[in-house]
Amino acid sequence: MTRIGVVVFPGSNCEYDALGAVSALGAEAEFVWHSATHLDGFDGVILPGGFAHGDYLRPGALARFSPVMEAVAEFARAGGAVLGICNGFQVLTEAGLLPGALQKNRGLTFLCQPTTLTVESTASVLTRDAFRGQELVIPINHFSGSYTCDDETWASLVAHDQIVLRYKENPNGSRDDIAGVSNVEGNVVGLMPHPERAMSTLLGSADGRVLLESFVGAPVGAR
Amino acid sequence: MNYPIIVDVTLREGIADPEGATIERALPALGFNGISHVRAGKSFRMNIDAEDESSALAIAAALAQRLLSNPVIENATARSAAKG
Repeated sequence: MTRIGVVVFPGSNCEYDALGAVSALGAEAEFVWHSATHLDGFDGVILPGGFAHGDYLRPGALARFSPVMEAVAEFARAGGAVLGICNGFQVLTEAGLLPGALQKNRGLTFLCQPTTLTVESTASVLTRDAFRGQELVIPINHFSGSYTCDDETWASLVAHDQIVLRYKENPNGSRDDIAGVSNVEGNVVGLMPHPERAMSTLLGSADGRVLLESFVGAPVGAR
Repeated sequence: MNYPIIVDVTLREGIADPEGATIERALPALGFNGISHVRAGKSFRMNIDAEDESSALAIAAALAQRLLSNPVIENATARSAAKG
């Protein structure tokens, strides 16, 4: 059975949703406190949404210095599947595990709404079971979700097929409508929308399932 | 010696600044005209133990690079806060 670690920082608040979602897909999931120094025995690691360390200074700026982040970096280097959702995406960019940065939303508006996403690449651990061009309705819930990077980084993202998801209608001013990116290898992925909140049509959408199924099924050393 | 230092963090040129833009848009309504290119930023004040002021500034610059700013989108500069 796939074992997934869900990292919990002081101030995380989507860890139960993430744990519940991957458990519902058959994974064996458990919480990993931010002071942990290793991730042995896990097949994948999720950094969930929330406000790690109160988002003081900048979202993710303090969380990246938590002891567990060295273990996450080591896990990622070894090819392990790493997923950052919302605040987790911000932490991964601050830690330098993903390119770019997340800025305050255009218009300084906190956004909590469903968005339609387009799958742009299937070469990541989050999208390998989806198809290119597939549209997914998944909610966003953030204030600092405007993806920003310089021209050189953007060109590199395009060249290496690292733009994983785009918004169909840009809600927050993200460069090139980017909603999620991966590293070059495709084993580290971050996105602002919350797939763990789109697991049931009864609650609005089940479109997050294909993403988390991809992730849960992704073996270590994908691609 | 103990040196008072200020680190200023501002968004890099070309990075959108929704806070600065919002402030700028509010100014005419308050009667402030002719003000443009408003950029919002952060300022950190601290006291640093060091041998001399240039060492204190070097420590502050390192701290600014590592923690206080995100070099992907921000610039940071350290300066003395001593009155003089």
